[in-house]
Amino acid sequence: MTRFSILDANPIVRLTVNLREEHQPMSRNVANFTDLASKTALAWIIAAMLVIVPAGISAAIAEELAGLATLPGADDPAARGLAIARETEGRDVGFGNTSANMKMILTNAYGETSERELRNLVLEITEENEGDWSLIVFDKPRDVDGTALLSYAHILDPDDQWLYLPAVKRVKRISSVNKSGPFMGSEFAFEDFSSTEVGKYSYNWLRDEACGDRICHVTERTPLYEHSGYTRQLSWTDTTDYQPRKLEFYDRKDQLLKTLTFTEYQLYQDKHWRAHDLFMENHQTGKNTRLVWSDFVFQAGLTESDFTTNALKRAR
Amino acid sequence: MKKFQATCIASALACGFGFASTAPLTAADFEVTGLVEPELQVFPNRGNVAGQKRFNSSIALEVTAEAFWDNGDQFVVFKPFARLDQNDGNRTHADIRELKYAYVTGDWEFRVGIDKVFWGVTEVAHLVDIINQTDSVESLDGEEKLGQPMISVSTVQDFGVFDFYLLPYFRERTFPSMGGRPSFDIPIDETQTMYGSNDKRQHLDFATRYSNTFEDWDVGVAYFQGTGRDPVLNPGLDTGGNLVLIPLYAQIKQASIDVQATKEAWLYKFEGFWRRELGEEYIQATGGIEYTFYQIFDSTADLGIVAEYIWDDRGATNANAFANDAVAGLRWTANDEASTALLLASVVDLDTQATSISLEAERRFGNDYFVSLEARFFENVQRTDPLFSFADDDFVQLRVARYF
Repeated sequence: MTRFSILDANPIVRLTVNLREEHQPMSRNVANFTDLASKTALAWIIAAMLVIVPAGISAAIAEELAGLATLPGADDPAARGLAIARETEGRDVGFGNTSANMKMILTNAYGETSERELRNLVLEITEENEGDWSLIVFDKPRDVDGTALLSYAHILDPDDQWLYLPAVKRVKRISSVNKSGPFMGSEFAFEDFSSTEVGKYSYNWLRDEACGDRICHVTERTPLYEHSGYTRQLSWTDTTDYQPRKLEFYDRKDQLLKTLTFTEYQLYQDKHWRAHDLFMENHQTGKNTRLVWSDFVFQAGLTESDFTTNALKRAR
Repeated sequence: MKKFQATCIASALACGFGFASTAPLTAADFEVTGLVEPELQVFPNRGNVAGQKRFNSSIALEVTAEAFWDNGDQFVVFKPFARLDQNDGNRTHADIRELKYAYVTGDWEFRVGIDKVFWGVTEVAHLVDIINQTDSVESLDGEEKLGQPMISVSTVQDFGVFDFYLLPYFRERTFPSMGGRPSFDIPIDETQTMYGSNDKRQHLDFATRYSNTFEDWDVGVAYFQGTGRDPVLNPGLDTGGNLVLIPLYAQIKQASIDVQATKEAWLYKFEGFWRRELGEEYIQATGGIEYTFYQIFDSTADLGIVAEYIWDDRGATNANAFANDAVAGLRWTANDEASTALLLASVVDLDTQATSISLEAERRFGNDYFVSLEARFFENVQRTDPLFSFADDDFVQLRVARYF
């Protein structure tokens, strides 16, 4: 009987995780190990290091190994799904603040394209049960140049959002109850954009399977936000780096609506993965939207004062 | 290579500033953008003033030049505007909308120069918005403003945002000329403009505002002291002995409040002021609700409804037609890639039943064109109504903006 073999069969993996937990307390999946298992695994590590260090690639391999977490078994798919989501979130803890540029390429069913460009600032909020703060400034199309959106994300409540309209210099508090509407006319909904917080969904692990040349955990997640536009989503999460590779969105009638593929991952600060190409395909309308991220800056020196309505007015 | 040089010469400043860029926030450290917007207006009714035409064309140009440095903590913005109008000499005008230097340090922001500031929450009447003078030849909605010289300081603290403004120079409201439409039937004689202060335009005005967010509530409280932006229009005679309206800009003291509660898809709005002007005290207020139906009929479109009420305790005057008026509006946004939107609004005077109806439609074409169509109709306007001058000035207006 093959189970999700890689994780359960390999003691190196287990111990690496254990060691990692000691050094990175933000990780949430601390497994229990017997002394014997630890010692065995430690021996494995030492042996492995002896082989690897002379090769001069120890760092890379250690990182690869550190990328593997211990998860609850298949007999508890809810716990396993939750643990996968927590692992994904835990790996991005401590990013602090980022700035990045984004280009959106919208393609309609006739193949005609239009583009948007924006800059995105994010401030990590470490408080439990609160989402991150973000400031989005639009550059293109030019008629919305300077329009900016400030969001304080919440987990299950509507976000706090202010929109700045530069032509009239007006800051408007806007209703954000509806997160399922299109973002800038694209195939991304507001809720697809907002920070992925573990508490936004309930989880059910389905299987592990190949995804391209990788192996992914396939998890079904159900939005807990009552006004979500989706009944459920299927996520493919890489078993090594715990980054999403694919997401399927099912609409309120439980029909497959959209598929999002994440590619062009880059690692920042030896810890934070960011996909630079997100391709969203709408299966019902034939439209698609590609997001291309660039110029990621981590620890961009942003503070809470960069996420105020005053900052919104001068964000250019 | 040659091409690059040519580009660099053409935008020498952009090249010079561009390479200094280290700030992550600023896409470019120097940027020039703008729009050219031809406009066509059609007036179905014959004007009751000699010289008023059925058709009018005009073109507007607005340029925005911005330079940022010091990680975006210092910037200069220059935004000139000009319109050339076929029939209305007063509408052919130019203005510096902005010419300011700003310096941000920590929680403090300092600005000096010509700038624009908006206060308020409601959709139709903008009662508490007082810093800038209205450029009323541009639009009837009162949202087009003239640049205001100022020195301002703003600080964001844990207990709220404080803004202070010193306003050393006054801008007079623009009025359409007699050939312009819509316009007053009695001409406004700006050569005789009067002031409540001997300092006239040089009177130093002062304003301050406190604003804060308390969960779902956004609240602003403000005080203004100086030359009132709304002129009192007194009848008088011009040099030829003809009846004219003479603007008087009185000294006023005004305290105001604006509040919005955001409760899921419901927005509750209120704004109002107490004003002391020419020995008289009065209150104006407006408030209402906005509710949005999302993704109507399984589409991506949203439909918002707006209902507001506007009140002036002096009753209707020629300075303010909104004394006991109700507003009903519908806003449809397609949420498509062209940003298509429709806004239908009607304002009814509950005393006289005079009604003004406006329909605005807009969408983007390609990446750089934005087209807006606006129609305004005045119905059931009695001769005694302050709106009567506009009663024959129903119009349909098309604007095509080309952004660069």
